[in-house]
Amino acid sequence: MGMLSTLSIGHCRPPSSPSLPSSLSSSFLLRPTAPRLSLRIPAAPRQRPAARRGLAVTMSMEAGIGVMGTKLGMMSYFEPNGTVVPVTVVGFREGNIVTQVKTQATDGYDAVQVAYRRVRDRKLTKPELGHLQKAGAIPMRHLQEFRLQSVEGFEPNQRLVVDEVFKEGDLVDVSGTTIGKGFQGGIKRHHFKRGLMTHGSKSHRQLGSIGAGTTPGRVYKGKKMPGRMGGTKRKIRKLKIVKIDRDLNVVMIKGAVPGKPGNLLRIAPAKIVGKNIPKS
Amino acid sequence: MPNIKPGYIVRMKVEVPENKRRLSTLEGIVIARRNAGLNSTFRIRRLVAGVGIESLFPLYSPNIKEIKVLDKRKVRRAKLYYLRERLNPLKRK
Repeated sequence: MGMLSTLSIGHCRPPSSPSLPSSLSSSFLLRPTAPRLSLRIPAAPRQRPAARRGLAVTMSMEAGIGVMGTKLGMMSYFEPNGTVVPVTVVGFREGNIVTQVKTQATDGYDAVQVAYRRVRDRKLTKPELGHLQKAGAIPMRHLQEFRLQSVEGFEPNQRLVVDEVFKEGDLVDVSGTTIGKGFQGGIKRHHFKRGLMTHGSKSHRQLGSIGAGTTPGRVYKGKKMPGRMGGTKRKIRKLKIVKIDRDLNVVMIKGAVPGKPGNLLRIAPAKIVGKNIPKS
Repeated sequence: MPNIKPGYIVRMKVEVPENKRRLSTLEGIVIARRNAGLNSTFRIRRLVAGVGIESLFPLYSPNIKEIKVLDKRKVRRAKLYYLRERLNPLKRK
């Protein structure tokens, strides 16, 4: 019976918390693994995959180590000179612990893997637990990687402290899942223009033309159309850190960030090409 | 921070960032208050050189150095916008 009940829990888990498997196979992990696979499959032409790998590294390199946080909501912040700044309050739950340091020699690229949000150990699968125990870390829900130029000074089970990573006035990139809007029309989804509502018009909120006639004979791929909106990963770039509160363990970031309160956010130093990202 | 309600006549010292952060004193009647937590504001109406001036302040603005309640007029509305049609709101009744 005990076996059965645990099995049923295991079956129930994916629909109830889809973030569990996806946290492991997130896009951060997927992108780095792809070039590695291409290295292994074609054994003879070695030059080309190496060049492709070099390109991929520059594409997804972070400007520095970042942390994960939880959106708490928005408020207004009074600066000492009286200016009111709209800020998003980002809190930090237990976590932000380095779980793995990937190097060029062992993994083909340099990255620091960080885990966030402590959970009970029965909430994780055995492979996940084993991976975290290898680093000596507590059980945590979310794993993300930060690809860096050099991973010196990072070791497994090292705690990342927010006010050491960032300071007030820094610019950061904040990424997270946006609020899902469901199936939406072209006006809301792609900012199309509306048709006339009156004067005999029948094209109120319709799309309009979706292409030419016989000559292409088809609708071009990527044509903006109604469909599912929101619920995707979105990065808001170059937001300023207004205040870091050490007692409350929160960071106030100017402007809005994706998602609702409780959303998982990834905060990394802002990528500015030519300043902290080399021009390629 | 005194409790500010419509109908109160207040005298406040405000730092004006546009005017080289000088302290200016102004006196007027509170004609509206908007409760929105930290974003709460109140609206003050006063007469300057015979012209009615309304100014809106965030209640928790650090630019407001001092608020003193001089008088509490009896009012029956939450928003005293009808005072805009009256000539001198400070000397009514």
